Amino acid sequence: MQSMKWRSLLYAAIIAVAVVYLLPTFVKMPAGLAPYLPKDKISLGLDLQGGMHLALEVETDKALENNLDRYATDLEELLYNEKVPFDSIKRVSGTAIEAKITEADAREKVRQILQKSFPMLKEQKLDETKDGATFTLQIDALEAKQLKKTATEQALETIRNRIDQFGVAEPTIQLQGADQIVIQLPGIKDPKRAIELIGKTALLEFKLVAEGGSVEDALKGDIPADCELLYQKEINAKGETKRTPFLLKKKTLLTGDRLVNAQVQIDSRFNEPYVSMEFDARGAKIFERITEKNIKKRLAIILDNNVYSAPVIQDRIAGGHAQITGRFGMEEARDLAIVLRAGSLPAPVKILEKRAVGPSLGLDSIKQGITAMIIGSVAVILFMLFYYRLLGMVADFAMLLNILLLLATLAAFGATLTVPGLAGIVLTIGMAVDANVLIHERMREEKRLGKTLKACIDTGYSRAFMTILDTHITTIISAIFLFQFGTGPVKGFAITLIIGLVANVFTAFAVTRVIIDFLMSKKAITTLSI
Amino acid sequence: MEFIKQNININFVGKIWYALTLSWTLILLGIVCLVVKGGPHYSIDFKGGTLFQVRFVQQASSGDIRQVIKDMGIEAGSVQNFGDEGQKEYLINIESMVEDLEQFSEKVKAALEAKFGKDSFEIRRTEAVGPKVGKDLRQKALLAVALSCIGMLIYIWFRFEFRFGLGAILGLIHDVLITMGALSLTNTPIDLSVIAALLTIVGYSVNDTIIVCDRIRENMPKMTRKPLREVINISVNQTLSRTILTVSTVFMATLALYIFGGGVIHDFAFTMLVGTITGTYSSIFVACPVVIFWEKFFGNKTAGARR
Repeated sequence: MQSMKWRSLLYAAIIAVAVVYLLPTFVKMPAGLAPYLPKDKISLGLDLQGGMHLALEVETDKALENNLDRYATDLEELLYNEKVPFDSIKRVSGTAIEAKITEADAREKVRQILQKSFPMLKEQKLDETKDGATFTLQIDALEAKQLKKTATEQALETIRNRIDQFGVAEPTIQLQGADQIVIQLPGIKDPKRAIELIGKTALLEFKLVAEGGSVEDALKGDIPADCELLYQKEINAKGETKRTPFLLKKKTLLTGDRLVNAQVQIDSRFNEPYVSMEFDARGAKIFERITEKNIKKRLAIILDNNVYSAPVIQDRIAGGHAQITGRFGMEEARDLAIVLRAGSLPAPVKILEKRAVGPSLGLDSIKQGITAMIIGSVAVILFMLFYYRLLGMVADFAMLLNILLLLATLAAFGATLTVPGLAGIVLTIGMAVDANVLIHERMREEKRLGKTLKACIDTGYSRAFMTILDTHITTIISAIFLFQFGTGPVKGFAITLIIGLVANVFTAFAVTRVIIDFLMSKKAITTLSI
Repeated sequence: MEFIKQNININFVGKIWYALTLSWTLILLGIVCLVVKGGPHYSIDFKGGTLFQVRFVQQASSGDIRQVIKDMGIEAGSVQNFGDEGQKEYLINIESMVEDLEQFSEKVKAALEAKFGKDSFEIRRTEAVGPKVGKDLRQKALLAVALSCIGMLIYIWFRFEFRFGLGAILGLIHDVLITMGALSLTNTPIDLSVIAALLTIVGYSVNDTIIVCDRIRENMPKMTRKPLREVINISVNQTLSRTILTVSTVFMATLALYIFGGGVIHDFAFTMLVGTITGTYSSIFVACPVVIFWEKFFGNKTAGARR
């Protein structure tokens, strides 16, 4: 009987801990006690509280291409400095650069330069002609893989920055596989705006307008080799889009990488918001040099290949300040400042999966889920009472305790409750009584063999134990695989099922045993009236 | 009280052939249905596409919504009434493999606005799954089902004997096949939550088989002089009371989900309801016969092992 006392105390302690962990979820904490109590509530999944789930793919091939383009430009500059005559240096595929030099004798010198400054580019082919040589340079496979990996990590970091600055409570942002980013934004009200903020490449570039070049000719397709045609898109008050073409020099003079800050400001004359930018020291110097050299020329400010404005440079600008104007709304300007501050994505991202649940649907789901839970448990409770009477009551108590432990564990580990998770609880209710049914049926059989009450209970419990263990372990095995495979809501189901099953071994087996032992010691049970 | 009287002795084993006929009929019916409908009816989770759950302020006819979708030039779309509020809430399913999911959602929204007016509806849920994710999820789902079967086979093999494990696995394959047939017959789309239900059925079915097998194993040393089929029959009868009680409680809980759980959980609950019944049936009429047949064909070896 000594052991019974200790067991009851231990179990009571476990139950008390569970209650404490559940407190924050259901009641408001009194201020004085709060520091001593757990703070974590049961967190609701996106399907219950509303919100958005996004899976993005970073187009790492594009990132690799961007890198190769940069190598080509760097190589061009280097060859120019080293006075190696060349015709053209350009990227010819996703992984290769072609360098045409016009003096075949210079090839050894080129090889030296390559070896010294571009070890990641491997010479794949050399075509010699009578007036020069053409190198085909392939990027090293390992290096390419590394570049792609870096691009994905950078994209993740940038997106995290943007979301942090946008202000979403408890977002989840994580890598999945080689090039995917999974984002969960609970409670977000304007999914469209969030997607625009997250998905924008936000590549800010400064390029000169090609003075003297003819836009008309360019529109007909006659674009000079060092120029490109980009558009300024403007939406007027009537909602019509106006597209103004610009002929620009291809060379990028400065990018948004050099920004240290971007802020929304209000124009005092037109009362319109604009975004003011501040460059770092090196960026400020570059900007100063550009403006100094190109006074009276137009400098275009381009974001993601959209010309925002192309003001005429009036004077040399020192200090590293610039601004983007355009017909912004306040929100748009704010989001633009955020993406500029957070930096550009190293490559465009593509939405692979989007799931958005409105808050009203979430509320409905909670209501319906709880209704189903209550009706399901009341039906099971009444059935057990009706069928097993006193022992049924004990089993019912164990079942309710199981739900309590399940919810407390969810709160303690910060696990997420989802709609399928609610189904998992209902299912746990069904399975919780199974253990007691097994025990009770076994006791009944033992009684038929004419055993004493105590012997019936002992054998009933010990015989049923292994069976209960086996059934629970197999179900847990399938739940674990479900957890491994599942996304959000399904994971929630697997979690509740696993916790419910583990708790069940404790409540349906250990707790009911102590209660029955107690009832027996108080002579409350004298015959097995089941 | 007792539903099942203590001296019950139903000759389950004697009815194996009827059971086999019934099982095969149901399985074949399901397969025929699957073939006629061109494979399982996957939701957008597994084949990619876009889903909108739209609630209108006033009643709207599904025909009008269908027309909007059709006018957008989308052929493969379905519009289903959702929930129990009359003709107010709809699920619009579009089997579209568009590249830009976000723009596409906006286009559908604009088309609906043009037809029904700007604030006449609320889009309560949008799900857009690209074909790549769909394929990925499909593979993962298959892998999860396969791995959990293998995991349980190994566990039962380790705890019992191989033939019990085999019986349990064939039993659960039987259950999954019949459930898939039922899903196809009722046009229930297979989505992530239905896969969760299928995996739960897998667990439940094995669970049930274990309880019967456990009893068979317990009875074997006590009844060495009786033929195996009789031992099995006795064991099934002994556990019958528990089987019926558990099925009833699980069924009751799931039925509550099915009726009151709301639209999101409806298909999950339906799958579970079917699975609960077949899971119980299969542990008696599929798993046990497998053990008997195994004894027939490999009898000498296992008979020796029994003593």
